[in-house]
Amino acid sequence: MIEGILIGLSTALSLTNILMVMVGCFAGTIIGMLPGLGPMTAIALMIPITYGFDPSTGLILMAGVYYGAVFGGSTSSILLNAPGIPGTVATAFDGYPMAQQGKAGKALAIAAYSSFAGGTISAIFLLVAAPSLSKVSLAFRSPDYFALMILGLTAISAFSSKGQFLKAMMMVVLGLMLATVGQDSLSDITRFTFNNMNLTDGISFVLIVMATFAMSEALTIIFRGKDPNRAAKQISLTELGSIKVNKEETIKMAKTIPRSSILGFLIGVLPGAGATIASFLAYGMERNYVNEEEKQKFGKGSVHGLSAPETANNAACSGSFVPLLTLGIPGSGTTAVMLGALLGFGIQPGPRLYQTNPEIFWSVIMSMYIGMVVLLILNLPLIPYIARILAVPRNYLIPLILFFSVTGIYLMSFNNFDIFLMIGIAVVATFLRLYDFPMPPLILAFVLGGLMEETLRRSLLISDGSPNFLWDRPITLIILIITIVIVFWQIFSTFRKKT
Amino acid sequence: MRISPTKFISLLFLVLSVFYLYTANNIQVFAFDENSPFNARTFPIYLGWAGIILSSLKIILPEKITTEVNHKHLDYKSIIYLIIISLIYAAVILKIGYFISTSLFLFASYYFLGERRWGLMFILSFPFVAAFMYLLHGLLNIYLRDPFLKYIGVMG
Repeated sequence: MIEGILIGLSTALSLTNILMVMVGCFAGTIIGMLPGLGPMTAIALMIPITYGFDPSTGLILMAGVYYGAVFGGSTSSILLNAPGIPGTVATAFDGYPMAQQGKAGKALAIAAYSSFAGGTISAIFLLVAAPSLSKVSLAFRSPDYFALMILGLTAISAFSSKGQFLKAMMMVVLGLMLATVGQDSLSDITRFTFNNMNLTDGISFVLIVMATFAMSEALTIIFRGKDPNRAAKQISLTELGSIKVNKEETIKMAKTIPRSSILGFLIGVLPGAGATIASFLAYGMERNYVNEEEKQKFGKGSVHGLSAPETANNAACSGSFVPLLTLGIPGSGTTAVMLGALLGFGIQPGPRLYQTNPEIFWSVIMSMYIGMVVLLILNLPLIPYIARILAVPRNYLIPLILFFSVTGIYLMSFNNFDIFLMIGIAVVATFLRLYDFPMPPLILAFVLGGLMEETLRRSLLISDGSPNFLWDRPITLIILIITIVIVFWQIFSTFRKKT
Repeated sequence: MRISPTKFISLLFLVLSVFYLYTANNIQVFAFDENSPFNARTFPIYLGWAGIILSSLKIILPEKITTEVNHKHLDYKSIIYLIIISLIYAAVILKIGYFISTSLFLFASYYFLGERRWGLMFILSFPFVAAFMYLLHGLLNIYLRDPFLKYIGVMG
């Protein structure tokens, strides 16, 4: 193994490759900040450029772009409440409130440190346990995935509801309903399209997230413009751009990072689960671990609340390479594009790669890690300048957020139906937010809706329509018991507050 | 009798769920799939029932935490202007192209939000959009459809 690591390192540390990773990180950060253009698009854009390179240089460039795009996504989540990819939605829960308090630089720095630490810990796991963990990823069956998604949705409803669990559960159902619009994945039958061709492909994630987060946030700021309690605070530019993290915050991060890394990595190993579920579950888990005083800060700019999802989503990114490299199964869209790139270079990932071509296996892992190191070195000095976006006066910032949202949608579809739909959903979301209906459960339900229906379909078909699949397998049963405990805990705490 | 806004929203959600369930029951499935344990209708039917149960519970159960909104503090005028500008923007973007429509949208939004520094408003609309388009189209090679710029020969 040591020999493999050294071969990987010597390849990755050549001058050309370091230059490539720097270019990749920079381009990835810019692409990742634009809504609609996540890591998958960023890597796909790089594939034709890398054709002339040797495989290791090409992979290193893509690694830089990958981590750059993930960091770019977090930046737009924190500064504008506009998560470009599902994996960074949970980052906005505490990152955006922290930025609103004039600590944008600090929030970005915490995100960068947490991402780096999460990536580092998971890279070590990847080095040590990748071959044996591939068995774990095969052990999960459809009923387990279905139960895992029910757990994820219940957990996010419990944690984001601020004591109004039913409201959050209604938002989950609304998110799942929106996810069913369009063609059924197996039979191709169109559902809830009302003969409108524009809805045949369903509603895009970027449209929903831009409408419910970025656009409705912009509308809410304008809407509540006369509210004396929400009058704009005077934010000093020095504080806004400061990336200094004090001792207390460092201790909080040090407690959060190890547990979120482990959870993120293990969730990332499961094909299909990926960074989104990992970040939401890490957020929920962290809220359970901290004391009552810290719990109250969640959703208002908590260091734990920002660090946990950022650590977990990066750890899950590394974890998703386990099924790719050891089984040849891409667990997410991004790793599917990476698989395409690897095949383009003549590398066939799979169970034999680790034995027959260890040098390629290690150079892929090392190049991913070097991508993260360079990203941290490159982006930390830029944070004070990026954070100043928030110093732009409201009269300019709001139209620019709207422009940012509309462009993201236009880039994907080039039709105006999607823009009309986004405006409609944003107006509804603005009113729902006004009456404390939480948006995060809706987003997670929308993201998981397709996969949830798919796993339920498989489970019911295998069990011939019987609900036995819910308790036949121990993993499914354990996950469902945890879900039931969360629901009853919510009912109990509501009852306790009432009495 | 005064109904609270939260209960009113729940009532609307109940109506939506009933309509959703009705539509779900009318989804056309293949004849061979009709009696299958799972078809295109199954999941939406579960969701429809879930929506009905949850919204009914919200309507029936007493409200523990009430959300109060002071409507005097809400700026309805600005938000209506902004929504109208956005709708006009969406309506014309395909006809007059991304560059002109986006620049005009930004300029009009700055104006309606109370900005009057004309020079800055111009810079942050027309040249800003041009620079953004150059970044996407020229540097990152990301296609951005603009029939107008194509017609006058600026874009390929």
